[in-house]
This record gives sequence, structure tokens and C-alpha cells, in this order.
Amino acid sequence: MTDIAATAPVHGHADHAHDEHDHKPGFFVRWFMSTNHKDIGTLYLMFAIVAGIVGGVMSGMMRLELAEPGIQYLHGWAQFFDPAAGDTQAKHFWNVLITAHGLIMIFFMVMPAMIGGFGNWFVPLMIGAPDMAFPRMNNVSYWLTTVAFVLLVGSMFVPGGSGLGAGTGWTLYAPLSTSGSVGPAVDMVIFSVHLAGASSILGAINFITTIFNMRAPGMTLHKMPLFVWSILVTAFLLLLALPVLAAAITMLLTDRNFGTTFYDATGGGDPVLYQHLFWFFGHPEVYIMILPGFGIVSQVISTFSRKPVFGYLGMAYAMVAIGVVGFIVWAHHMFTVGMSVNLKMYFTAATMVIAVPTGIKIFSWIATMWGGSLRFTTPMVWALGFIFMFTVGGVTGVVLANGGVDTNLHDTYYVVAHFHYVLSLGAVFSLFAGFYYWFPKMSGRMYSEVLGQLHFWIFFIGVNILFFPQHFLGQQGMPRRYPDYAEAFTYWHHISSIGYAIMAVGMFFFFLNLVYAFVAGKKAADNPWGEGATTLEWTLSSPPPFHQFNELPRIA
Amino acid sequence: MKSLKTLVIAAVLSLGTTGAVQAQTPATAPADAPAAAATATPAPTATDAAATTAAPATDTAAVPAGDASYVPMKPTPGVGQPVDAGWNFQPQASVLGHQAYGLSHHILLPVISFICLLVLGLLLWAIFRYRAAANPVPSKTTHNTLIEVIWTGVPVLILAVIAVPSIRLLAAQYEPPKKDALTIKVTGYQWYWGYAYPDQGIGEYVSKILTEEQAKAAGEPYHLAVDNRMVVPVGKQVKLIITGADVIHSFAVPALWTKMDAVPGRANETTFTVDKPGVYYGQCSELCGVDHGYMPIAVEALPMDKWKAWVRSKGGNPDPQPAAAAAAAPAPAGPIPATSTTAPAQTPATAPGATPAASPATTN
Repeated sequence: MTDIAATAPVHGHADHAHDEHDHKPGFFVRWFMSTNHKDIGTLYLMFAIVAGIVGGVMSGMMRLELAEPGIQYLHGWAQFFDPAAGDTQAKHFWNVLITAHGLIMIFFMVMPAMIGGFGNWFVPLMIGAPDMAFPRMNNVSYWLTTVAFVLLVGSMFVPGGSGLGAGTGWTLYAPLSTSGSVGPAVDMVIFSVHLAGASSILGAINFITTIFNMRAPGMTLHKMPLFVWSILVTAFLLLLALPVLAAAITMLLTDRNFGTTFYDATGGGDPVLYQHLFWFFGHPEVYIMILPGFGIVSQVISTFSRKPVFGYLGMAYAMVAIGVVGFIVWAHHMFTVGMSVNLKMYFTAATMVIAVPTGIKIFSWIATMWGGSLRFTTPMVWALGFIFMFTVGGVTGVVLANGGVDTNLHDTYYVVAHFHYVLSLGAVFSLFAGFYYWFPKMSGRMYSEVLGQLHFWIFFIGVNILFFPQHFLGQQGMPRRYPDYAEAFTYWHHISSIGYAIMAVGMFFFFLNLVYAFVAGKKAADNPWGEGATTLEWTLSSPPPFHQFNELPRIA
Repeated sequence: MKSLKTLVIAAVLSLGTTGAVQAQTPATAPADAPAAAATATPAPTATDAAATTAAPATDTAAVPAGDASYVPMKPTPGVGQPVDAGWNFQPQASVLGHQAYGLSHHILLPVISFICLLVLGLLLWAIFRYRAAANPVPSKTTHNTLIEVIWTGVPVLILAVIAVPSIRLLAAQYEPPKKDALTIKVTGYQWYWGYAYPDQGIGEYVSKILTEEQAKAAGEPYHLAVDNRMVVPVGKQVKLIITGADVIHSFAVPALWTKMDAVPGRANETTFTVDKPGVYYGQCSELCGVDHGYMPIAVEALPMDKWKAWVRSKGGNPDPQPAAAAAAAPAPAGPIPATSTTAPAQTPATAPGATPAASPATTN
């Protein structure tokens, strides 16, 4: 994957030369009817930042409420939406917060940023293609996401049973989401997830077609950068998993509105069927969120070690293996639902198997650094943070994989800690690594290294204080999705909330850095990272021309 | 908030001392039990009066009818409940809990700690040794088949080693219940629990959270304390038949390593054998709506003779004939279910349809 840049620079600069004459469309056509993969990628990234702020503020509200036992703030917040809100509406608002936070961070922050943002921006650049295979479908995919987001946020203003908004949890378990929540809020959330899913399916088709058909001459699959591999595997996961989710939530809709009883035992249905269908999507979904991160981290580690990725083929096929095995482990999310012992033994064993390809990736990254010449720039420290934090999140996954141990930990804060370590400290760290890594390429400006380092260190300390104590809470028996708790849980909850505040300070430096870069950032060179950055996007100008690779690069 | 917190702590502390005194009373002077019970029971009874109307009627009616020597046990600090700033699992009080804790604490925790430290150590060493200043010329190595085989094979071996006790634990957890196991039917409602002892003829009674004042008055932790506990004998296997009446709930008691979803239309079975007397708290562990955080669970484990006294205080028969137990149960229990069924009936809003489908009579 490494020697691909050898013959490319000539073409990149050739493009650049006549690019100033590129006719860019006017503002409205360019941003609202966009067909350019880089513009759509930018739209996705801006969208993800906005959604991330919304979802992040929600988590801040939750940590504020949980900082002390008792309910201090929920009443006031609920009254913001409904002046007549009382105790029930306040507690319902808590459930609305956990639901919206989960859905927003998954469907409207991590996925749009990784796949829509970085995927759109860099898959065509890295494979030497002029654009995505279906530019207009790309545009449809983006706008469906925004409509889905509007629907989700809008659901918070309409009745959802005990109060305004859907309080079902992001998993939308029946019968709480059917007979348990009357009112249009849950329907809006279901429709929102439908649209987000349709958007992702369109995106997945686009990526698969692009990667299979539009690689530059000479770029075989086994020469593709690992980020492209990661998007390819992710796209297949999306394509196979999301239709199952669509079917599952369509049946929720008909159960709610048209009198069917797919998930209602009194009519011959089964609430557990929903959980099987949901997690058949839901487990691949967690790999959908983390695989592109694996790809980003591989690029960053290789670049700043000035060394090709160690064990390239092993890395690529480890991702394929994770994707395949990810489809046959779903029921570990429902170990306490009452399943037979054989089923539980199978899902325990199968789940533990995933640790093997994941271990291959961790060790290969370290081996990539081994013997390298390391520079600890901002993207590199994020990637290093990712490796360690993802390891911590991964090993607690091995604990939870044990069905017999999960009996105690299921639906406790231990699970919350686990999936925030792999997502909030895994996926999000890789997002920041990618953002700082590619920011000079995307914007043409350098960010401040000092602010970037401050962002990393404060955020790193903050999220660890935020999430590590949640392991303790979980082992002590603190259940998830509680607005209030027994006195004895106060200590770690309080520390966890302090961790949030520290993390928020870190985020301040992120936004400060963005402002700095656009106001006073130095102009970025075509390749600001030096000889370690070998992939094709670094052969182009920063920012790249509106249309690139009019003449396809030839890969040696 | 701070002032409220100190107030709560002060109240708990002061009640803790009186609680200890009270706890001794029935133990040292069982002869005075009726009198002691009469003075001790008003606390929960009064709380019932505030919370519900029909449930206390059952209590007050049942106490004179049966053996009145049952007094709700005081919880022991640090047992069956979380402790301040605690980080580990709650001390286990069941046979399977010890086995599961052993796997988690003595096998998994060391293994995962070692892996984390190994990765951290390798990372730090690489960061130190191969920083650009120390190693300006990077190596060109990109493959090493041997090391790749090792780091694939060794994790496989570690997982295989973990899998043995893990599968063994699952097998133990799923061992069929013994013939003489005590059957309790557990039903999750929005937002309280219902417990019934079909073999003892104790019809379903309702278990609801105590308010903060009631919990303080009873010397129990708020959020965990309930008005009517599930009471089980120590050393005897308990078989729970769990179902949900409206949405999915989950019956969970961390100190007994027990968690099982209460799914409408399903009768889930799980077992535990408590090996120490005590009060073991748990909380609903599946999001079930507005008051998900306010439907705790309390399991009180008593020595067999005291448990029998509790059964009698509930108007049940602690020694049903083993053979005809299931068939005979409804007869002596006649009047009791009549009063107790009024309790769930108070909540007509919840869908009762799923409950009969999961009747333990069919699963037995």
C-alpha cells in the first residue's frame, strides 16, 4: 500500500496548474445541490460537528443531573419544553435525553463524520478517482441524513407517552416503544432512523461501486490504503445490516399504528424477536462505527512513524474477519433475555473470537511504530490514545462476552463504561486523529499544534476521569438509564461528572483551534507531513482542486 | 443540595444505631415477639398506608392470623447493597455468585489487566525508543510471519483457557432446579414488582419503593428499600419464574449474581441459593418507562424457621405436601389471594393480558 505515490505527483500538480480555472458553481447550487464528493464530505463533517454539539450538550445535562443524588434539574428542563411539566414529565425527559443522546451520537455524529465525511473526502482521493461513482445519489444520501436529524430533534417537541419526546432508549425495545409509548414522538424517531438507514444504504452502495470500479490503473485491492479497505468493509456491513433494522422498525410502526402484533405476545408475537432483529443490525453497527477509525489510525500511525503499516494484508483481512464475525455474535447484547444454555454458550464463544483479529490490529500498529522514526504531532497523539483506550474498552468487552459474568454486569454502568471506551475514547479519538491529520488537506490551512496538543491532553484526562469510574459503578450494581441513584453511588458519579467538565474544557480548545486555523492558520503545503505520508491525497494541492485526477494517476 | 445530603447522612447514621438496637430485640427475646412485632411493624405498615390502600390491609389482616414472629430484617451495611466509593462487585451471597465472582475476579481481571499493561508498556517503549530524535532513520521492516503467527495464536490460547471456566459457569447457572426448590413467581409491572409463592399458597403481593422519608425511618437505603420484600430461606434453592405484565423489566440482585428479564408473554426461569442471611437489594435493569429507576428489589434471606414464620405471617403454609403441593395450594390459600389480588388490580392501566399466559402453574 505504500509505494503508490511513486508516479503520482506529476499528475497532481498538473491538475493543480489548470485548476484555478475550475468553474465552481454558485453558492446555492454548490452547497445545496452538491455533487462534488469533497463538498459533500465537508457538509457531512459540518453536520457531524453540529450534531456532536447537540449530543454532547445532552450528555453534559445528564452528567450535571447525575453529579449529586436526587433530581435537581430535570424539572426545569422539562418545563422548557412544556411549562406544565411535573414530576412524571421530568423523569420522562431523562429517558428522552438518553434516547436522543444515543441516536444522535451514533447516527448523526460518528457515522456521518467517519463514512460521510472522511469516506467521501478521501476514498476517491486515495484510490485516484475523480469523484464518487454516483454523485447525485451522494447528495440524496446527505440530505436524507439532515431530514432524519430534524425529525429526531423534532420528536422532542411532540407527545411521546408520559411526556414530550421518545423515552424508549436508542434501542427502541418493544413493547415500551409500541404499547408503552403513545403519541407521535416514537413514530417520528422510527421514521428518522428509517431515513438515516436509507441514507446509509445509498452511501454504502456508492462506496462499494466506487471502490470496486474506479480505482486508478495499477491500484489492485491489495494496494489500496487501509482507510479505503476499512470503508469498503464498513459499506458491506451497512448494506447487509441496515435492511434488517429497516424491517424491524417497520414492524414496530405497524404494531404501533396498524394493529399488527409482531412484537406483542397477546397476538402471537414476541418482544424478543425485536431484540434479535435489532441486534442483528446493532452489533455490526458498532463495527460500522469503529472500522473506519481503524483505517484512519493505520494511516496516521504509518505516516508519523515514517514506515509502511506492518502486516498490511493481515490488517486488511483482520477487518474483513471482524466484519464477518460481527454478524454472528449479536445475541450477546441480550444475554439476560432468557435464552437457552446452548445459545448462550455459542454467543459467548463467538464473541470472544472477535478479540483475536482485534488483537492483530493492536499489535500490528505497535509493530508499525517499532523501528520507526516517530513524530508526536496532534494526529499521532490522538492515534496513540486511540490504541490504548481501545484496548481498555476491548478487554472489558471480553469480560462482558462471558454470558455467566454478564448476568451481573448486563445493563449496568460497566456496559456504559465499556462502550464509551470503544466509542467515546475509541471512535471519537480516531475521528480527531483523522480530523487533525486531514484538516490541512481539506482546508488548506494549518491548525495550531499547541492548541491541538492541549485539546488532546485535556480531553484524554477528562474522558478517562469521566468513564473509568463507571466500571466501578457497574461492578457495584448501578443500573443504566437511571436519573437518580442510591446514596452509595454518589462518590464515583460525582467524579465522573467532574471528568465531563474537564473534557468540555478540552473541546473548547478544539473549537478555538478551528477558529485560529481559519483566521490565522498558516497556508498548508501539499504534503505537510513529510515522506511518511504516501497516499495519493498528499500528491494534490491543499485544498485539492475542485475536480481532481482528470488524468488518472498510474500506480506502480 | 449539600445540606440535604448531610441531613440524609445524619439521619441514616442516627437510624443505624436505633436499627441495631431493634434488630437485637427479636433475636434476644423471641418470647416478646408479638409485642416487638407490634411496635416494629408500624413503620412499614404506615408507609403502606401512604403509598397504597389495599396492600396494608393484607398485612394487618395477615399478622394476627399467622405466626407473628416475623420482623423485617435490618440490612447490614456493606452487604447486599453498594458501599460508598466501592469499586468491586458486591460481596456474593449465593453459591453461583461465588463461582462467577471467582471467574470474573481471579481469572478475567488479572488477564485483562495484564493485557492492558502489556499494550501500554509496548506503546511507551516504542514512544521512547523510536522517537525521531533517538531513531532518525526508520527501518523498512513490514513483515515478520513468525511474530504475526504468535500474536494470533497466543490470544487464541488465552481465550481458550478463559472459555473453559466460562462455559462451566454457564452450565452451572443453567442446571435444572432441584425438585424441592422453592418456586416464586415474579411479575414486573410499571413500576413495581409482584411476588407470589404458589406452593405455599401466598398469592401475589406487591413490592413498591419506599419514599425517602419512609426509607430513612426504616433505616434502609433510599432507592433500594421496598415495602414488602421477597423473603427466601437460606440454603434452599429458589426458583424464580419471571414475567412482565406490560413492558420488559429485569429482575436483578447483584449480590446474588442474578439478573433475568421480565418479558411479557414469557416465563423466564432462573435459580439462586442464598448462603448467608441478609437483605440483598437490586434494581430494575431494563428500561421500562418513567419510573424505571424507582422499582427496586429487596430479597430477604432468613434461616428456615424464621422463613416459615414469615410464610405463616403471610397466611401461607410453609410445609405443603410435596406430591400434591401444586394441586393443594389454592385450597388453603383461598382467602389470602382474594385480598392480595386486589393489589395488582389497583392498577387497571397496565395490561393484564400477558400475566396469565406466564402462570407458573403451567411451567411447574
